[in-house]
Amino acid sequence: MSEPVIVAEHLARHYEVGGGLFSKPKVVKALSEASFTIMPGKTLAVVGESGCGKSTLARLVTLIEEPTAGSFTIDGIPGTKNNWARLRDSVQIVFQDPYGSLNLRHRVGSILEEPLKINRPDMSAAEREEKARAMMALVGLRPEHYDRFPHMFSGGQRQRIAVGRALMLEPKLMVLDEPVSALDVSIQSQVLNLLLDIQERMQLAYLFISHDLSVVRHVADEVIVMYLGRPVEFGTKDEVFAHPRHPYTKALLSATPTTEPERKVERIKLEGELPSPLNVPDGCPFAPRCWKAQPICRSTRPELEGSGHRVACHFPED
Amino acid sequence: MADATAQTAPTTPARPGRFKEFWRYFRENKGAVVGLYIFAAFLLLALFAGLIAPHDPLVQYRSATLVPPAWQEGGTWSYILGTDPLGRDMLSRLLYGARYSFVVGVVVVILASTGGILLGLISGFAPKWLDTFIMRLMDIILSFPALLLALVLVAILGPSLVNAMIAIAIAYQPHYVRLTRAAVIAERSKDYVISAKVAGARLPRLMFITVLPNCLAPIIVQAALSFSNAILDVAALGFLGMGAQPPTPEWGTMLAEAREFILRAWWVVTFPGLAILITVIAINLMGDGLRDALDPKLKRS
Repeated sequence: MSEPVIVAEHLARHYEVGGGLFSKPKVVKALSEASFTIMPGKTLAVVGESGCGKSTLARLVTLIEEPTAGSFTIDGIPGTKNNWARLRDSVQIVFQDPYGSLNLRHRVGSILEEPLKINRPDMSAAEREEKARAMMALVGLRPEHYDRFPHMFSGGQRQRIAVGRALMLEPKLMVLDEPVSALDVSIQSQVLNLLLDIQERMQLAYLFISHDLSVVRHVADEVIVMYLGRPVEFGTKDEVFAHPRHPYTKALLSATPTTEPERKVERIKLEGELPSPLNVPDGCPFAPRCWKAQPICRSTRPELEGSGHRVACHFPED
Repeated sequence: MADATAQTAPTTPARPGRFKEFWRYFRENKGAVVGLYIFAAFLLLALFAGLIAPHDPLVQYRSATLVPPAWQEGGTWSYILGTDPLGRDMLSRLLYGARYSFVVGVVVVILASTGGILLGLISGFAPKWLDTFIMRLMDIILSFPALLLALVLVAILGPSLVNAMIAIAIAYQPHYVRLTRAAVIAERSKDYVISAKVAGARLPRLMFITVLPNCLAPIIVQAALSFSNAILDVAALGFLGMGAQPPTPEWGTMLAEAREFILRAWWVVTFPGLAILITVIAINLMGDGLRDALDPKLKRS
């Protein structure tokens, strides 16, 4: 219906680690070849196990770090460093841990007003307070919470504050970095419903990072599966969940617990450990753990191929 | 107007909550509470020295030199703690001396902590080369014993109470720098700092509004503890003739002036010494209690 909120092409981020006075630093390829677009009102979920580059992707998109290679545009404006100040309004983030993401020395009111104070310098204090109070109502906080400190709240309420703060600048894109992983299951659904409700009202685009597939199934429109810094499968939620094509996706899905004890599931157990990102094998990074691996998998890296439902595998499932 | 009252009303209940919590932890340490009371008494005496003191601390009563304290043979109630070799009233001098000690503590702590916090914040946020530069500079200062460094500085600046305070503040600075830098580095990587960055906060805001308030607890404790050290060091400088100059009724200077009368008149050295001892112990006890109450790692639930 309209322009995509974010278009990312071949994003990569490499870190140098170690390296003392005399030794050469090693390069960790935390993220490579990440390409995606998100339309307004849609949710793109990024799934994968720890250390697969999900959070690095979040840090690039939220303009905390510059990509080593590749580019992205938010709302048509390139996300390069000289545009960062202009783009602050458009992209905001909600973190995983609501205990660490709120400043314990600031009251809820001033936490919510801080983004306005920085980005709308000519807004009056009364106007700011009015906006903050409206936001509190929107995310389900009571008016008397305005003057309280974060330590007086439960995890779910804190996450509501964090969501409210992210929304204060009326962003177009929200990066949700495992927003519910630190919460109790009963609270998770409340926060998820709040997020979905807000998305519908404000036509927000979500980049939803998670390792919890049942949460992803609930919120996502499209899914990227990542493995060791690379996207290995991309498709709509239904395609990926119903017909996973990459063996890694298949293994991930088979590890999700179901609510139907009767149903017989074939669990795929992966052998071995995630290879160190310092020493990514040539060829397919998943090959050492894959039960279908052939000699070609160990020598040539498969690219993300296909249209629509894309997969990076030499021998995809059908 | 009505708006303002509506705003302040809900604020008030939150405040005592935090203070009460602090007091609950502080009260558990009996020594700290005693220290606090002694410190408060010391503060009151210093403030109202002009009203309490029976005599002018600088007036020399030539007819009454080295009069012993009132309860000893030969003492009179007009000079309760006796007089010094020049006939000045000991009690009045001690009371006025409390003023100097208090000012010394406050000034040294303010000088050392503002400079130290500023440098520590810069060092914590700075690129590696600047951080290394500041920290090595502080290491150099730290490698001298504080009193020795202060002595050298006073020798350069010239002996006076103000210079002694400046010298000691410089000698204490590295402690604050290290403490602040450590706290800043621990806080800097936390999510709330990153989210302030995502909201567009620039460096000064990140430093002073976002991070600094979260680093204050250990700094407050350090301030309380170095308060007493400052008093002790200024007294030591005074004793060595490098601090306050006579006839200032500063405790260390009083000790130095009376040194030759130690055997003939015990009171001229004992009382200033006791005054220093008691204040320093009281403030140290209080500082320990502050640490227990403010350090979340030591808190029991």
